[in-house]
Amino acid sequence: MHFSSALDRPKGKSYFLLWRTVFAVGLVLVLWGMYAASTSVDYIWRWNRVPQYFWYTEVKDIRASLEGEVRAVERSGATATVIIEGPGGEEERYDVPAATLRVRKGDFISPGDSLATESHSRPGLLLEGLWITLKVSALAIVGGIVLGLFTGLARISVNPALRWSAVTYIEIIRGSPLLVQIFLWYFVVGTLVNKILTKWGFNPIDPLWYGVVALAIFTGAYVAEIVRAGIQSVHRGQMEAARSLGLTYAQAMRRVILPQAMRRILPPLAGQFISLIKDSSLLGVISIRELTKASREVVSSSLQPFEIWIVCAVLYLVLTFTLSLFVQHLERKAI
Amino acid sequence: MPIISVRNISKTFYLPHPVHAVREVSLDIEPGETVVVIGPSGSGKSTFLRCLNRLEYADSGSIIVDGVDILDPDCDINAIRAEVGMVFQSFNLFPHMTVLENLNLAQQVVRKRSRTEAEKRSMELLHKVGIADKHAVRPDQLSGGQQQRVAIARALAMDPKIMLFDEPTSALDPEMVGEVLDVMKQLAREGMTMVVVTHEMGFAREVADRVLFMDHGVVLEEGTPEHFFTNPQHERTQEFLSQIL
Ligand SMILES: Nc1ncnc2c1ncn2[C@@H]1O[C@H](COP(=O)(O)OP(=O)(O)OP(=O)(O)O)[C@@H](O)[C@H]1O
Ligand SMILES: [Mg+2]
Repeated sequence: MHFSSALDRPKGKSYFLLWRTVFAVGLVLVLWGMYAASTSVDYIWRWNRVPQYFWYTEVKDIRASLEGEVRAVERSGATATVIIEGPGGEEERYDVPAATLRVRKGDFISPGDSLATESHSRPGLLLEGLWITLKVSALAIVGGIVLGLFTGLARISVNPALRWSAVTYIEIIRGSPLLVQIFLWYFVVGTLVNKILTKWGFNPIDPLWYGVVALAIFTGAYVAEIVRAGIQSVHRGQMEAARSLGLTYAQAMRRVILPQAMRRILPPLAGQFISLIKDSSLLGVISIRELTKASREVVSSSLQPFEIWIVCAVLYLVLTFTLSLFVQHLERKAI
Repeated sequence: MPIISVRNISKTFYLPHPVHAVREVSLDIEPGETVVVIGPSGSGKSTFLRCLNRLEYADSGSIIVDGVDILDPDCDINAIRAEVGMVFQSFNLFPHMTVLENLNLAQQVVRKRSRTEAEKRSMELLHKVGIADKHAVRPDQLSGGQQQRVAIARALAMDPKIMLFDEPTSALDPEMVGEVLDVMKQLAREGMTMVVVTHEMGFAREVADRVLFMDHGVVLEEGTPEHFFTNPQHERTQEFLSQIL
């Protein structure tokens, strides 16, 4: 959507052509500059080393543990069973993938000989980190929405206890650094809670949950202000019309005010959640291996900092951009 | 027995600066009566009307609506409001709902009607106000006159005993005033109890059983339309009528 373009002199076709070209040329220049810089710098780029940190395949030998002769190989589908008979007549069976079989009936086997190979693949550190970031952010977003909605409603309540509680919460959380809040939740609250839990015979809570709580409470304070502003932007007459029909305050809020406020709440909410995803990178300090901490570990083992940090940034972009698109979709639906 | 009985109510607003919007007003309204309230801007007409369904809480006095003292903090005000329809100057339709949903909402939530029942009643009323064909559109697709007729239908959908109108035609283009007044006239003929704040003197003359003239928060003069338009007693009334007619 263009902002009040009709208020100025109408723009011709050539206007748009010119400035689109300017943008394209600018983009090409920037990309070329980055490429030139990357080749001139004294750094060996090894992009081929990156994929293994996403998906890691490990090939392992299946080894015999006794000396003897292969008495039989029984194939059934993709697996084969190798039966080895030792000198004393004892027997051992190995189930192996048929495709990688290295022995035949009658072969003589020494202990430690490889019968076949088995490959295991598992997600690499970066993918695991991405998953943790996604999980922590999603949980904190849900928590932040619930907390923010109720705090926003409390903030405009006539009940002084509710209103002042909301104001206190909002001001304290917005006024202190998130990093400090994370430390407090983990090292102070977390230590206390976990001590009490272990004393009573329960398992201590995983650091991840303290991280989620810290982020949800931090986001809730901002969401509350967004919700409040959204509700107050709905015309007063809407509440009056709903109440004059006999709806209660809560019914009017839910059926009339909040659906309209939603449209005005969504855009700033998207910004808030994008911040939250990026802020989750601070959780590395309480040993949650989210994307940034995972990247740091990969950098120290791969010694390819340029590629890894670039990939890390791109992964955050994928998350935030997806969220952005999703909220825009909701916005269109909310008319 | 009057369906609305108002005794000595007053209302003062303290912010931004103290205004005595309504002072010691008393009024009895019989079932089926149409009362028209006129008066200059800022004379307290809206405030008085809004006191009748407690959109404004009167400071003192008593208001009995359909047998219930609505200034009693323990009364079930939502039940009373369901019996008192209100139509606003600025329509106040719910923009996120279709016309039909606007009419259904309170029927389902407050009157606990099923969706089918509510839709049946809604469509009857939309036919009555002449916009049944627009039932599926959003209010912003309608003209002002159509929106106000939907707003009237929305209030009527609750099958109220009383209807309050606060300058229902003041926000309309002149050519749309008639269509809304026609609906109101029909309602009055059907025996609805109505309190109407308006500047439409023609409507007052034709439909009102009683006309009230308010100025500075007090009812200065009260009487039949004939009395009012042919023989007003009060100097302020004469002045107001000479300006407006
Ligand atoms: N919510 C409010 N807060 C403060 N003052 C108010 C409020 N509502 C009304 N007033 C004041 O009370 C007085 C009466 O207002 P009211 O709206 O009842 O007048 P009215 O007769 O309906 O006028 P109009 O013809 O302009 O609608 C005015 O001086 C107005 O400024
Ligand atoms: Mg008014």
